[in-house]
Parts: sequence; C-alpha cells; structure tokens
Amino acid sequence: MRKRSQRLWLIGAAALLTTGAVGLAVVALQDTVAFFQSPSDIVEKGVGNLKQSIRVGGLVEEGSETHAPDGALLFKITDGKHTVPVVYHDIPPDLFEEGKGVVAEGKFDETGRLVAKRVLAKHDENYMPKETYDALKRAAESGGESTYAKEPTT
Amino acid sequence: MIAELGHLLAFLALATAAAQSVLGLTTGGEAPRRLAVATGMFLVLSMLTLVISFVRLDFSVALVAKNSHSLKPIIYRIAGAWGNHEGSMLLWCVIMAGYGAAAALFMRNDRLRDRALGVQGLLTLGSLAYLLFASSPFTRLADPPLDGGGLNPLLQDPAVALHPPFLYMGYVGMSFVFSIAAAGLINGQIDREWAKRVRPWALTAWSSLTIGIALGAIWAYYELGWGGWWFWDPVENASFMPWLVGAALVHSLIVTEKRGGMAAWTVFLAVLSFCLALLGTFLVRSGVMTSVHAFATDPTRGLVLLAGLGVAGGAALALFAWRAPKIPTGPEFDPVSREGALILNNLFLSVGAALVLLGTVTPMVVQWLGEIKVIPPESASLSIGEPYFQLTLAPMIAVLLLFLPLAQAAPWRKADLSPILKWLTPAIAVAVVAGLVALALGGWGIWLGFGVLVGTWVVVGVGFDLWRRVGDGGFGRVLRLPLTVWGMAIAHIGVGIFVIGATVETATRTERTFPLAAGQSAEMAGWTFEFLGVRPVEGPNYYSTLADVRVTHGGTTEMIYPEKRFYPVADTSTTEVAIRKTLGGDVYVALGDTIRDQPGVWRLRIAHHPLIDWVFGGSALIAVGGFISLVARMRRRNPAVAPETTAVEPSGEKAPVGVVA
Repeated sequence: MRKRSQRLWLIGAAALLTTGAVGLAVVALQDTVAFFQSPSDIVEKGVGNLKQSIRVGGLVEEGSETHAPDGALLFKITDGKHTVPVVYHDIPPDLFEEGKGVVAEGKFDETGRLVAKRVLAKHDENYMPKETYDALKRAAESGGESTYAKEPTT
Repeated sequence: MIAELGHLLAFLALATAAAQSVLGLTTGGEAPRRLAVATGMFLVLSMLTLVISFVRLDFSVALVAKNSHSLKPIIYRIAGAWGNHEGSMLLWCVIMAGYGAAAALFMRNDRLRDRALGVQGLLTLGSLAYLLFASSPFTRLADPPLDGGGLNPLLQDPAVALHPPFLYMGYVGMSFVFSIAAAGLINGQIDREWAKRVRPWALTAWSSLTIGIALGAIWAYYELGWGGWWFWDPVENASFMPWLVGAALVHSLIVTEKRGGMAAWTVFLAVLSFCLALLGTFLVRSGVMTSVHAFATDPTRGLVLLAGLGVAGGAALALFAWRAPKIPTGPEFDPVSREGALILNNLFLSVGAALVLLGTVTPMVVQWLGEIKVIPPESASLSIGEPYFQLTLAPMIAVLLLFLPLAQAAPWRKADLSPILKWLTPAIAVAVVAGLVALALGGWGIWLGFGVLVGTWVVVGVGFDLWRRVGDGGFGRVLRLPLTVWGMAIAHIGVGIFVIGATVETATRTERTFPLAAGQSAEMAGWTFEFLGVRPVEGPNYYSTLADVRVTHGGTTEMIYPEKRFYPVADTSTTEVAIRKTLGGDVYVALGDTIRDQPGVWRLRIAHHPLIDWVFGGSALIAVGGFISLVARMRRRNPAVAPETTAVEPSGEKAPVGVVA
C-alpha cells in the first residue's frame, strides 16, 4: 500500500472514531450532568421546575436529622436562609454530622423532597466542600444569616 | 539535628541536579553520570532523615507535629512521612532523582543518556526548588507540642501506605520517559534504537502506575465503606489519564522499535504522558477540587505546578514541532496488519483518555468561566459523574478489546484475517456462550452479557494465540515461549479477567441497608446475617464499636466483626468493614449509625460483590505482564542468556540508525 493511501486510511479511521466518541460524549453529557444549586436557588426557582439531577450544597441543619420508619435517613440542608429536605436510603458517610458541610445529589420527588443518590460530607476536620462554601457565601451576600460563611481553611 | 541534615542533603541535591543538567546537556561524559547518582543518593538519605524524624516522633519538626502521634503504630509513622503534602513532594523528588540515578547506572554511555540525564536534572531541579522554597518538610517549630496531630485515620491502612510510592513510581517514572523523548528530540535521533532505549522505562513506569491505581481502588473498596472500587472521582481520573496514554505508549513503542513506524506519534505520547501526570498532580494539589488527596489546597502551589506544566510541556512541544518534520516515517504496511492493529489500539486509548479528560475538566472550566463572569456564576457549577464515564468509555474499551486477539495473531506488514478467524472460531463460540450464560444468570442486562462476552473472548483468544505459537512442538514448548510473549499474554489475559470482573461486579452487585436491633437478622443472596449487638473495643489510637454478626450460608456458620472506629486525636471516625471472601465474590458488612428515635437499632449495610477479586486480580496480572516484558528486555540485552529471542528481530546494536524504508 502506498504512503498516500496509508495516510488517508489513517485519517479516515481517526475521524470515524472521533466522531463516534463525540457523539457518545454529547449523548452521555445530556443525560448525566448534574447542576449545582444552593437551597436558596431551589426555593426561588420552585421545586416543580427542577426535573433533572441536581446537587445541593450547604450545612446539615441542626436538629433536622431523623429516620423514617423504614430506616431511611431524613435531614435538611440549609444555607442559612432557606432549607431543602432530603431523604437518603443508605448509610451516610462517616463524616456526616449536623451543623457540618454536606453535598447531596439526586432528584426531587413529587412531595418536594430531594431523593439523594449520593451524599458527600467533608473529608476531614477543616475541609468544607467548595460548593457548600459558595452556597453559604452567596446566601450571606444576599442578606441571609452570615454566621456560617467563613473562609474554608486548608 | 537530623532534620537539618535532611535539609542540607536536599540543598546538596539541588546543587548536584543543577550541575547534572548543565553538564548533561553540554559536555556529557562521566560527570553527569556521577552527579545523577549523587543527586539520587542525597535525596534518598534526605528522605531517610524525614522518616527517622517521624519514627522518633520528633515533634519539633512542624510536619511531624502535624501528621504523627505517639499512639500511632510504627508502620503508619513511617507511611506518615509521605501521607502529607510536603513529605509526598519529597518522595516525588526522591523517585525522580532515583530514576536519574538508575539510568546513570544502567543505560549505555552515549549522547542520548547524557542528554536524558541533563533533562532529568532540570526536572529534578524544578521539583526540588518547589520543595525547598514552597513546601519544605524540614521546618522546625520554635515551641514543639507535646504530641502530634495524627495521620488522617482514613489513611491508616496498609494498602494506602503503599499506594503513594507505587503511584509516584508511575507518575514520576513518566518524567524519565519524557526526558529520553526530549533527549532524542534534541539529538535529532528518534528511531528504532531510541524506542528500544525508552521501552524499559515506559514499561516500569506504566506497570508501577497500574499497581498504584489498583492499590487505591482496593483501599476505596474496604476503607471508605461504600463498597465501590472506582468512583470516577477527579482524583482517580487524574491517574487514569496518564495510565491510558501510557498504555498507548507501551504499544506504539513496539511499532517504533520493531518496524521504525509511528516514531513521531510515539515521541508525542511520551511527552503527553508526563504532561498528563503533571496535570493530574495539579488537579489533585491545587485545590481546584476537593478530596482526601487534596491535603494541600493552596492556590499558589497550584499556580506553581501549572507554570511547571506549562514550561515543561511547552518546551517539549516546541522541540517536537522543531524536529517532527525530520522524524522518519516507517515502512509501508497494509491497514490489516499488526501495525494497523496497534494504530487502532492507540486511537482508541487516546480518544478514551480525551473522553476522561473532557469529563474531568469540564466542571472545573465551567466553574472558572463563572468566576470570571463569562457565564452567570450561579449556573456555573455542575458535576459529571459515573454515568457519563460508563456510557462513553465502556463502549470504546469493549470495541477495542474485540480486536485484541486478532491483533495478537496478526503478522507485521500484511495480515490475512480469514485463517486467523478460522483458527479462533472456537474462542468466538466460547465467548458467545459465556455471554449468553451471563445474560441468563444475571437478569438479561445487555452490558453484562456484552462485557462477559468481550472479557471471555480476550482470555480465550489470547490462550488460543499462545497455543498457536507453541505450534506442533507439544506441551513442553509452552514453557519455552519467549518471555516477551508471556508478558504480553499475561497482561492481555489480565485485561480480560478485569473486564469480566468489572462488568459482573458492577451489574450484579446487591447492596441494602437494614435497620437491625440485637437479635434480629437479615437475608441477602442466600446468606443470613444475625446481628448479635455491639461492644466497645479499644485500639492503639482509637476506640471502636464492634458489632458481632453471625453469618450462615448453606449450613456453615461463622462470626464476622464490622467496626466503627473513632480516632480522638483527629476527632474523626472510620468504618472498618467485615469481608467474608468466597469463591464467587465477597460478602461485605459495614456497621452504620444508630437510629436516633429507636435505641439499640443499628443500620448495617450488607452487600454482595460478585467476582470482586477478578477486578483486583486482573489489574495485578496487567502489572505482572508489564514487568515480565521489562525483564524480557533486560535479558535480551545480553544475547547469551536469551536464546529464545525470535529470529526476525534484528539485534539492536546493529540496527540501522534512522529507518528502513
């Protein structure tokens, strides 16, 4: 086979594969991207308007942690201004605690509760998820309680 | 005194690395070689002083005070030396200089080695400067505390104590691959001989990276208590991208070495794999994302790393652009040939790496666009999780693997597929049957069936290819097959086993949380779990709540003890799962929390992870295969001990410089 056709063949294969990969990526991204929302965003937009998977960040509200009769974990995420009720059917991470930072990912059910598929807590004593920090900061800047919003330490 | 000695040794290494880079890039000869060995030795000794400080609990050293504790077991005191940002940067420098020293000792004395040592000296110099001036592990405290802060309890685990050294052997190993690539470009010598010299280093780095990633997955599986082994977390992706590109590199090097083809592409991959390793380090260390690994979430450090990435990558790409037109192309070949198959392998692996990169950095880029107000900040936060990666990567890898046994059987230049397919028909049949059986047993999930089919096809197809290579000589000849063939076959069989394990585990794992009071029991996958209650237990540096669980399966009964540990020094708790291994998979019990309004009721997560050991075993085989190929190459250097070398390979010493066109 001559050099020229060899190169053509190579470019063809690469183009085909890249097109396929881009197609796959576009389809996958449409389905699976989860946008981050703070509790205030959610209350403002209205739960009914949020159909896709979202991530909510904030603090676990003090005194909000309970259990449903089937053992599911119930808690509320707050940014100091608004709260979002969450239900989680699994064991929360070790570092999950009232008053500490948390990020929950899932979809809202018809009663306006976030059915979390994943709950992330801070990884160590000093770390606050960036999304939590941003949510608290935004709520504080827009006139909410500012006591929570302090710089995340390293 | 010992910390000051370590500090001094690191400064000495800084000086020798500087001299090594200057002399390596100019005069060459014995001097850079000796200097490279000296740099390596100084840094090993320097690391040793830090380890001694950790073992002796010298709390006047700031790093020890922050990361160690008198109650910590000795092995984690040692591992604590690199379980933090500063110490791990020192480890980075040690391994980087170590590769330089190894090259000085093992590579043949010529201009390629001198230049490679020079470039490696530059990289070491940069890393050392960053270590000493931006994150020194030797800083003393004027007022030492009585006891230390302890290691993050999540990291007190044997797998994760070894995870950083192996991961760095891989990541940093790519630096020497980069150095030889840069040296080859400077010398204008990118040819078969060059590829032959690069390959052992690429194999070492890539195989070590495989082990490092696997250790991380094992740790995630039993220490995080979530029962998963891979989360498509940005940290994991950061190591997976250089792995994919490294895999492409070890394959394209074969074409360059054996046929002189793909030389420009191979150099490009060699440069790219180190750039991705640097990018990974930047992602993990700069604080653009948050994870257990992000122990230094400092934007300034991030900027320095990004600058380093820019300088190293930019310089190498400029060199590449300058020399690329002169890099010879190899001899012609038919698309259906071993060359064609290896090109296909490289296309798939690099497109796969690009997909991972896209999914990993998109959220960060979007967030950054929000911060500079290009898009509204409130819509600038998104996450891309597991479904994206599964949807994009699984089909790519599956299609790639369909070609694998054919590729292994195809000869160079031009292959005729019909006899190969005929020979492999039984393997196809076995794979289809296995896929159908998996479908029937596993509830007709299409991915499950396809994954098992592909994995079985790879394992059986590679087995058939081995058999074909043995020829008519009978079974005795199996052991006389060349080591290179064994390396390839074992790594490929590892890939097949991994794919079977990963798909079966992901598609059919069962997992449920049961609220249980003492005396109650739960059932899952044919096992009965009786919760007998919890009791307090005291460990060396933690308090544990230990649950007694009696498991019954088919008439046999035994006790398992999941725990929840509380580490007072770090004020954190960890989950220690109880795992009962069986032939078909793991039974996995994690003790959760109590339920507030129902005293005495604990939540237990019970899971069955079928074929989980195939995932880890397959990964181990991939690494073993890589190391066997490495040994095969080292033995081949001396023809006297390598009678099995196949006749078609010209001996490297006489290989024409440039290309056989």
